[in-house]
Amino acid sequence: MALRMWASSTANALRISCASKTPAFALSRCFSSGTQLISFPLPIIIFCKLMVLDGLKYASSHEWVKHEGSVATVGITDHAQDHLGEVVFVELPETGASVKQGGGFGVVESVKATSDVNSPISGEVIEVNSKLTQTPGLVNSSPYEEGWLIKVKPSSPSDLESLMDPQAYTKFCEEENAAH
Amino acid sequence: MNLVRLNRTPILKQLHLEEKLLRKSSTNWCIINDGTDTPAIVMGISGKPSELLEIGSVLRDQVPVIKRFTGGGTVVVDKGTVFVTLICNKDDVPGVQPYPRSIMSWSGLLYNQVFKGIADFQLRENDYVFGNRKFGGNAQSITKNRWIHHTSFLWDYAEGNMAFLKQPARAPEYRMERGHTEFICRMNEYLPRTDFIEKTTEAVETYFSVKNVNLEATEEPCGAEFVPSTRLLSKQELEEALGPQPEIIGVSV
Repeated sequence: MALRMWASSTANALRISCASKTPAFALSRCFSSGTQLISFPLPIIIFCKLMVLDGLKYASSHEWVKHEGSVATVGITDHAQDHLGEVVFVELPETGASVKQGGGFGVVESVKATSDVNSPISGEVIEVNSKLTQTPGLVNSSPYEEGWLIKVKPSSPSDLESLMDPQAYTKFCEEENAAH
Repeated sequence: MNLVRLNRTPILKQLHLEEKLLRKSSTNWCIINDGTDTPAIVMGISGKPSELLEIGSVLRDQVPVIKRFTGGGTVVVDKGTVFVTLICNKDDVPGVQPYPRSIMSWSGLLYNQVFKGIADFQLRENDYVFGNRKFGGNAQSITKNRWIHHTSFLWDYAEGNMAFLKQPARAPEYRMERGHTEFICRMNEYLPRTDFIEKTTEAVETYFSVKNVNLEATEEPCGAEFVPSTRLLSKQELEEALGPQPEIIGVSV
């Protein structure tokens, strides 16, 4: 199901229609032959059938951060949501709470498991995604957009330097998967 | 792996211990608690009493309701429940990734060893079943470098206790809308309690070098005071979940 959702969201991103004659799974065939890093004109890198977006930074615990001026948006990656399974519950901090780089700030529940979510950067939580209370599945269907978790006012811009760029994160995921 | 054997330890105390060891220890642990002292209802982290419990009955019978730190569903536990918990460093279980399905699958292999030749055991839609009847509720919590997988096994149970639970909205397909008593079964129909505990210990020993330790050993590694998230719900919380009750107006005759 995650693959089908990915294929559908990719189709949307690439503005390719998925009419009944072109089922969503057809897109996946393009990437079924082994692990490939494929660059598209749009800022999307497809790694082994999972998305890694350009312009973001990534933590080894599979969270992403998008830094725009004085606000940083945080979520979990497509790799993470795929491995977690269907998310049924998300617990997030209150606004005003402090987060520390590498420290846990919330949990997601999937397949009878709570999984910690860790912040890639330090700062103050200025907004949480309230949509996730009613629709936790947004974390699966739109991990980089509607499924964002928190917005942070960063306290240490240098935090970003220790995070991975998209290519490094892609390689990291490859190595992690190969190790198992 | 340190193995701690408990007997009739209250489930709230057990859960507090587990949460502390998951968060604060760097050692692998197996905890086996042979029953809990008094009946209790234990919900997962996202459990809502109004959706999962017959709150009126729960309040009337003053059954403790606990919300635990792991995911998953709701169980009623008592002296007939055998608890088995595994707390592991993610790198100490080869081939197991720190994700729910990988850990769950590995647990299925472990318990396959326990029940080999005894019953038609399988891990079915994340439940432990004999045939199509569930005999153990399991749940997990995963941190950056460690994970816990714990199970409450129904060696025996009181049918009346199941009446505290509503039919859950989210249920595995194989349940096929069966009520609790048709859906679950007792392990005591399949093997003796001591055999189960012994075989579980043996299965764990195939994966780890096991050292028997006492409860005091759990105090050592953890240092500063830890505040668990697992908690007992208050009577007020349950009453609020029940909602307003119709006022009964007596009529004089």
